[in-house]
Amino acid sequence: MRSDVLIIGAGGAGLVAALNAHKSGAKVRVLTKEYPTRSQTSMAQGGINAALGNVADDSVEAHIQNTLKSAHGLANEEAVKLLCEEAPKAVEWLDSIGVPFSRTKDAKIAQRTLGGASAPRACYAQDYTGLKILHTLYDRCNEAGIEILNERYLLNFVVNKDTYDKPYACGATVLNIRTGEVETYESASVIVATGGYSRIYDRYSTNSVGSTGDGIAAALRAGARLSDMEFIQFHPTALKNSAILISESARGAGGYLVNSQGERFTNELAPRDEVARAIVNEIEKGEDVFLDIRHLGEAFIDAELPQERKLARLYENVDPVYDLIPIKPVAHYTMGGIEVDEKSQSKLKGLFAVGECANHRVHGANRLGGNSLLELIVFGIQSGENAAKYAKEFDKSIETSAASQSANNFVKGVKYFSNQIDFYEKKAFLGKIFYNNAGIQRDEMGLKAVLGAVRQIQKEIPFMGPRDKSKLYNTNLVEFIEFGNMVELSEIILVCAISRNESRGAHFRSDIPQANDMAYKAHTITWKEDSVLCADFME
Amino acid sequence: MKIQIKRYTTEPKLHEAVLEYEVALEDATLLEVLYEIKTKQDSSLSYASGCRSSVCGSCSMRVNEKEVLACAYKVQEGDLVEPLRNAPVIRDLVVDMDKAYAFNAKAKGWLQSSSAKKALTLEDEKRNELQSDCILCGSCYSACPVYSVNEEFFGPFALTRVWKYVSDAREEGISEKIANIQTNGVWDCTLCNECTLVCPQGISSKSDIEKLRSKSAMEGFSDPNFGNFGGGFGFDGSPSF
Repeated sequence: MRSDVLIIGAGGAGLVAALNAHKSGAKVRVLTKEYPTRSQTSMAQGGINAALGNVADDSVEAHIQNTLKSAHGLANEEAVKLLCEEAPKAVEWLDSIGVPFSRTKDAKIAQRTLGGASAPRACYAQDYTGLKILHTLYDRCNEAGIEILNERYLLNFVVNKDTYDKPYACGATVLNIRTGEVETYESASVIVATGGYSRIYDRYSTNSVGSTGDGIAAALRAGARLSDMEFIQFHPTALKNSAILISESARGAGGYLVNSQGERFTNELAPRDEVARAIVNEIEKGEDVFLDIRHLGEAFIDAELPQERKLARLYENVDPVYDLIPIKPVAHYTMGGIEVDEKSQSKLKGLFAVGECANHRVHGANRLGGNSLLELIVFGIQSGENAAKYAKEFDKSIETSAASQSANNFVKGVKYFSNQIDFYEKKAFLGKIFYNNAGIQRDEMGLKAVLGAVRQIQKEIPFMGPRDKSKLYNTNLVEFIEFGNMVELSEIILVCAISRNESRGAHFRSDIPQANDMAYKAHTITWKEDSVLCADFME
Repeated sequence: MKIQIKRYTTEPKLHEAVLEYEVALEDATLLEVLYEIKTKQDSSLSYASGCRSSVCGSCSMRVNEKEVLACAYKVQEGDLVEPLRNAPVIRDLVVDMDKAYAFNAKAKGWLQSSSAKKALTLEDEKRNELQSDCILCGSCYSACPVYSVNEEFFGPFALTRVWKYVSDAREEGISEKIANIQTNGVWDCTLCNECTLVCPQGISSKSDIEKLRSKSAMEGFSDPNFGNFGGGFGFDGSPSF
């Protein structure tokens, strides 16, 4: 069952990496816990940034500056430069493989303004940008004949040690959801492309139910380091009842945010962290907050924002052409992730990471809208090529029996957990306390209280467990393991958020509302040594 | 509110039953109701879900014999919920879509184009905008009656994908793509329109198949079924069998 490059995750990042590793001559295998077109990428609406200047003056330099500004000192300038310089090429490539970008009247790729951008820079396909990019990538993988195995849930990475006792990743153990069997895949290199961890916020997140941080937690257990886990972006405009996303492009096109009095209270196109806080301030004053796009008119809404209209009608029972849209900010994107170097490789040799699960240090403390789709193309290409190159030079042996045995024991053992405590209840509870105390605004007391609760949950995990003991397609079991991963990451987010005694970007400490560059203009690095969590600030 | 859910398992032996559940949710989507049942009443209930917002295509199933996305359907008293058809049921409301999705590759649903850039116009882009809205939920695949006679039929979503690329101004492999859909492709469709009626994105695969048929005729192909009946069109244009 050996491949040169094993990719975990078949969203945008995983598929771009797969195509490029394949192009570099590697034998590629992709594993996904769902199906390739069902990933979080399908939900990206607004667009992908590239300074093409198709509808107004723009420059790569401006893209770099906007990105750095929003990152609040936590981005790596070289990485941002690469991201922005490669952006026009990335969009050109997507165009060449058939992504149906919206067009201008003079046959150019249309662009629109998202928050924090000095020019209309986001290339889009109506408000289905992620969907259309993802499906085109999937079609491309079909053309290339890339092997994609569906409904395989990541358990752990296989780590071996070389003759100098240095560890390296060389495969993964997964649960075949359909059969209930543990499967072990050997590979010279492994790319993690499993997405973010916003579902820790449970119902207070725009994300797909699959964004549970599985790959990040597994990478941590395997010996990789994580960085900046406390930085979590809240999207200002999710539907109030369902937390379903209404794209920033609605504000980019001229939509207003208004309170119950119908008054505007903020610059709608400021970066997301600022807008989210402005909304929270209104809500704390007792106001309801609405997105108003009525003045854009039905024709414009139907042409440019068809999905937003559909979602608002379906999930909030309002028609944005005639009604105000009730909204609230919820967790949307996790800036933190697996620490990687300029080759997309983690601290663990042979383990590469890309997409939301990785931290390429381009988003820093707050991601700009339109930069995440861009990131997965630029670094997807990079990680695919580098993992293939690494695999070509790989000359070590692969031994998986211990990893296999331990994965089997784990899956069998989990089913015997005592089930005195309902983990679904704890999952909802965790989401709620995170949203209230480790969300848009945090303070030391609240964070410490949540950390106490998380440590209690950790102790209680053996008293939880799946109720369903079946082998075949046991989603109760998968959801329990996902919950375990989220609890593992929760502790890290809280430790980082408590250690960072300042406010920076998406990490806003209401007890210390200023930034402190002297002490904290650095990355929060976390890792495990003999299962003990370690944290430090590093350049 | 009471709803009925068709349950299915093969563990430890094949067992099928329609079970009734009562939930106290109002104005709720089917997905919310399923989650409520799974987390509060019966953790063994199996279904697939993802985005909760009608764009990932995970939670397609049938309610009262019609395909819906669970996240986009508001539950009514007495609803009967079943898995999709034409795909093997794995457990309860979960079906195995591997074979269904493989038709995308068999139908060559991708862009064949050289590196030479051709700029799409606004009109070019609008031509297949609707087809590129497809979320691969498989509702059309489930509603298609052709599978009861031909399990190898490429099917509605894969053929819509072919039309999406054949109608793309950048496509350079039109003849090859059209030749590829003559067997188990466009002529196997009965034009019954069931696929159109269930598509959550408002796509009509039937009409895409009709367009592919015209394109096929332009490429010199004809409906093999007419030959089978030994008939054709009479001199006055009326069908004769």
